[in-house]
Amino acid sequence: MPEHNFLVVEDSPTMRQLISFALKRIPGSKIVEANDGIDALKKLSTHKFDMILTDINMPIMDGLKLVSMVRNDPAHKAIPIIIITTEGADEDRKRGLALGANAYVPKPIQTADLLSIVNQILGNK
Amino acid sequence: MEKDPALISKKVEEFLQVFKKGEEFTQELLKENEKLRYRIAQLEEMTKFTDREGSFRSHSLEERIKFLEDENRQLIDRYHVVEEENKDFANRYIEVEAENNNLANLYVASYQLHSTLDFSECLKIILEIVMNLIGAEEFSIMMLDEKTNELTIVAQEGMGPEARASIKLGAGIIGSAAKAGESFYRTGDPKDLKGVDYLHPLVVIPLKIKEHVIGVIVIYKLLVQKEAFTPVDYELFTMLAGHAATALFSSKLYSQSERKLTTIQSFLDLLKDK
Repeated sequence: MPEHNFLVVEDSPTMRQLISFALKRIPGSKIVEANDGIDALKKLSTHKFDMILTDINMPIMDGLKLVSMVRNDPAHKAIPIIIITTEGADEDRKRGLALGANAYVPKPIQTADLLSIVNQILGNK
Repeated sequence: MEKDPALISKKVEEFLQVFKKGEEFTQELLKENEKLRYRIAQLEEMTKFTDREGSFRSHSLEERIKFLEDENRQLIDRYHVVEEENKDFANRYIEVEAENNNLANLYVASYQLHSTLDFSECLKIILEIVMNLIGAEEFSIMMLDEKTNELTIVAQEGMGPEARASIKLGAGIIGSAAKAGESFYRTGDPKDLKGVDYLHPLVVIPLKIKEHVIGVIVIYKLLVQKEAFTPVDYELFTMLAGHAATALFSSKLYSQSERKLTTIQSFLDLLKDK
C-alpha cells in the first residue's frame, strides 16, 4: 500500500480535525498538522510530504505567503498544494492558483469533494 | 472306327480337370458374390445410420439454439435487474457519503465544543464552527444577562460598527426568538440581500439548556460561495442550540469557580499569615 504524507496547515483546530478526519479515509495516509505558515515551514524541513493542504487566513504567516515560499524553494516546489479557505471570490481563487496552488477549495468543505480532488492530484483515480 | 481307350481316358481326364477348374472358379465367384452382398448390406446399413445421426444432430442443434436463446433472454433480464440495483447502490452510496460528511461535521463540532473549559476558547470554537462548517460571513454570539434582560454580543465575526451591541429580550426578531426559545429562519433566498440588515437576520438560534435560554447565535450574511443552507446546516444549528449552550454555560461556571477558588485561597493565605 502506498504511503501518502499530508501536511494540514490550519489555525482552526475544528478545521484541522475535520480535514484530517477526511484524509484518514485515504489508505496509507499519514497526517501532520501545523498551526500557521511558519509552523508549516518548520515541519517541511523535518518531514517529507506528498501534499500540503493550507488555509489562507492564519496568524504569523498566511497561506498565500506559504504557497509562494514553497513554490520558490527548490527542495519543496514540486509538492502539490490545495488551498482550503473561506475566501470564495473568483479573484481570490485566481490569486491562489496563480501563486502555484494545484487546487482551490472554498469552505464549507464537502468531504467527498475534497477527497476526490486529493485523489485526482495523487493519481489514485 | 475304334478309338484308342487310352486316348479316350486321357480326354476324359482332361475334361474332368477342366470341369473341376470350372467348379472351383464357380465356387470362387459365389464366394466373391457373397462377400460383395455382405459389403452392400454393410454400406446400406451405414447409410441408414448416417441419415439418422444427421437427423438427430439437426434436431439437437435446434434445441440448443432454443436453449441458448432462452438463456440469452434470461441474462438480458438479469442484466437489467443488476443495472437497476447498481443505480440504486450508486444513489445509496451518494446518500451514505453525504451522511458520512454530515456525521463528520457534527462529530468534529461537538468534540471541539466540549474540548475546553475556557469561556473565550469556547466562544472561539463556536465562531469557527459557524464560519467554517456552516459558511457564515457575518454573525454574532449574544449572551443573556438575566438581571437586565438584555442580549449582549460576546463574540462576532465580520460585523460592521452599525450592529447593535445589545438587544432587549423580546424586542425585534432576535429578542423575540430568544424569549420564545424558538429558532428563526428567514424565508426566501438567503443570498437575496440588499446590504446587511442587523435587525433582520437570516437565522437566530437560541442557546438552550433544557428550556432555559442563555443566549443566541445570530447569522446575518453567508459567505459568497454559500448558496443556501443544506440539511446538515440545520443539524448543526440543532446541535449548537444544545451543545454550545452547555459548553458556554459550563465554561462560564468553571471560570467563575476558578476565580472564587483563587479568592478563597488568597483569604486562607492571609488568615495563615495572621
